[in-house]
Amino acid sequence: MPTEDVLGFAVAGTFVLYALLGGADFGGGVWDLLAAGPRKAEQRALIARAIGPVWEVNHVWLIVGLVLLFSGFPRAFAALSVALHVPLTLLVLGIVFRGTAFTFRAYDTRGDAVERNWGVVFSVASVVAPLLLGMCVGAVASDAIRMQGHAVVSGFFASWLSPFALSVGVLTLGLFAFLAAVYLTHEAPTRELAEDFRRRALVTGGLLFPLALAALLLSRQGAPRVWTGLSQTPFALALHAGTAVAAVTAFALLWTRRFRAARVAAATQGGLIVLGWAVSQAPYLVYPTLTLQAAAAPPAVQRVLFVALAVGLVTVVPSLVLLFRVFRPRAPAPGAPTS
Amino acid sequence: MTDLLYARAQMGLSLAFHIVFAAAGVALPVLMVLSDLKHRRTQDADYRRLSEKLAKGTAILFAVGAVSGTVLSFELGLLWPEFMGRYGEVIGLPFSLEGVAFFTEAIFLGIYLYGRERVSPGLHLFSGVMVAVSGAASAFFVTLVNTFMNNPSGFTATAAGPTDVQPLVAMFSPGWQYQTTHVLLSSYQATAFAMAGIHAFILLRHPGAAFHRKALSVALPLACLTALAQPLVGDLSAKHVARAQPVKLAAMEGQFDTEVGAPLRLGGLPDVETRTVRGAIDVPKGLSILAFGDPDAEVKGLNAFPRDVWPPVAKVHVAFQVMVGTGSLMALLAAVTLWRRWRGREWPHGTGMMRAWLAAGPLGLVALESGWLVTEWGRQPWIVRGVMRTGEAVTPVPHLAAPFFTFTAVYLFLGVMVLFVLWRQVAATLPKPPGAVEGGGAHAH
Repeated sequence: MPTEDVLGFAVAGTFVLYALLGGADFGGGVWDLLAAGPRKAEQRALIARAIGPVWEVNHVWLIVGLVLLFSGFPRAFAALSVALHVPLTLLVLGIVFRGTAFTFRAYDTRGDAVERNWGVVFSVASVVAPLLLGMCVGAVASDAIRMQGHAVVSGFFASWLSPFALSVGVLTLGLFAFLAAVYLTHEAPTRELAEDFRRRALVTGGLLFPLALAALLLSRQGAPRVWTGLSQTPFALALHAGTAVAAVTAFALLWTRRFRAARVAAATQGGLIVLGWAVSQAPYLVYPTLTLQAAAAPPAVQRVLFVALAVGLVTVVPSLVLLFRVFRPRAPAPGAPTS
Repeated sequence: MTDLLYARAQMGLSLAFHIVFAAAGVALPVLMVLSDLKHRRTQDADYRRLSEKLAKGTAILFAVGAVSGTVLSFELGLLWPEFMGRYGEVIGLPFSLEGVAFFTEAIFLGIYLYGRERVSPGLHLFSGVMVAVSGAASAFFVTLVNTFMNNPSGFTATAAGPTDVQPLVAMFSPGWQYQTTHVLLSSYQATAFAMAGIHAFILLRHPGAAFHRKALSVALPLACLTALAQPLVGDLSAKHVARAQPVKLAAMEGQFDTEVGAPLRLGGLPDVETRTVRGAIDVPKGLSILAFGDPDAEVKGLNAFPRDVWPPVAKVHVAFQVMVGTGSLMALLAAVTLWRRWRGREWPHGTGMMRAWLAAGPLGLVALESGWLVTEWGRQPWIVRGVMRTGEAVTPVPHLAAPFFTFTAVYLFLGVMVLFVLWRQVAATLPKPPGAVEGGGAHAH
């Protein structure tokens, strides 16, 4: 396998992890906004507790992906930064407000208006950011970003405001909300809370099917490369089938309340969706101009990046395992208090 | 203003904002671990409370630092796509390693902050140490990128971009050892001075407050040590600039003519039109001695360089004067404090000293910001010195005023909010007025 493909795979890998961890984090914000019913306050407390120790870590995946992109494929990074200047700027503002609001709320808990206002900022930013992120992905996957030489000639709005890009934005938001709901069923300390999030997971999980279908149909016009990639190449079809199996499994496990296993199935489903996008687009970084090969840094640089990646894996993975072990959710004891 | 100027202003503002939180993210964990260690040794509950307070401060400042750092990594592309498109591959290595360090920092900060009750005391302390170490590593790696921009190396420049890229050579560009040490010291110094200033302020109002005297005893050693070491490192750094970037040195010193036995100019305002410095106090042969260690050394003046590669002379000179001035004041205060500590066998608490430390509280941050301005303004008009001009790197996206004003408003708002939240944290530690209801002490005067 050529080294640039391996590097491209690493970039895709960080995006998968960002979707599964950072995405669920955004999803937590969505459920904070939509908290309802008799256990509204408990739902919010559970979300805050689940996100607290890990939110910063979850968002480092985005930085790692960005750094790999600009060190490994600098030309693609430059082109995307120009073409998607507007939505990326808005996304960054969403990330800023989400992170700071969450922290200010967590460290300034007084139950007063200040805390409630931060809660609103946190949850609204959690909805807006995934939408924008998805729209950027939609723009990249479509053929709407056009270049001449190194210059972007397709303008600063059309590519990410297309119906296809919008559909990917909504799908992303739905996926993140679904992942968060499934994860929270397992994190919930009481059966009632687990039930609250089971219902939410089933509803959003159900919604994902029409959303994905809509994006797929729109891709025929809006992203021909993805359409052929998703519907014709054998590998993509296999991925597709895998995603469908994972989705049905997640549904069945949620239905039968096997929450721990449902988490795994939902994460597999989410991961395969992101991977499916990456595979359907490969070898293009910006279709139809920049391939992995055309945008890749010279081999000497790629080799050094592999070493940096190895250093990163050796330091980060054991630390991450430790972090997730320390904050492993504790299963609700039978007959645990309900609130 | 042109779009280039808006782009530079936005980048500058983002860095100026981020750098405060980055410095705190590097230094506060050290202070937090130090008070944790003191608690273990003395079993004094105040040190444990201090360490918890510092951990909360670290969490708040680290979060703002993390999001503003995320903004910066996007802005590299959003504002300077040509720079990243061409040189991203050359400087990707330090950025990648910085990513690793940042990752480790975030992981262990999570364990330290939320894990006190869940992990063993040994692992808890280890997590704190890891936060401090990876914070320093992250500052180290990211400073290497700036060193590269000042003294690019590790590639051959061609019209089509860099070739023969050697990432390791680029990562350790000439002068890296001076710049990274200078930056790391400044982070510890600025944070320790700010912390000392806060507790000095409270001690002036509540002279006996034991908690705050202990807090001061944690902040002062680091503040004094760094304040005395910094001028020495700064001198080495300036000597390197004199050799590697003579035009920057000339701007820092307001040196227009090439001169043998050049004087050191204290203060003053350079006038580029008349090519003179008004109102400076000259120390004869001072610059030649400081820059080259020889009273008769020749110092190149700005006139020896084409006008279109001059940095903004007045700004660089004034920023440099502010950095050196505040640095000297801090070193002086550190020397006096250490002298009185040696004479009195405890950290001085008198009103005079507390007033001095209160006044010195913001100086570290002032020095940090002005020092950073010297580096960045002093490199202009280049984004990669001698290879790519800032104007060549800027994005073709129009109307950059819009993001500039948006981010300015956001940073102002966040800055005020951080101060507000931090103040509520500090206020909760104030001694309660006699007869106050338990829990009512949070609302400070």
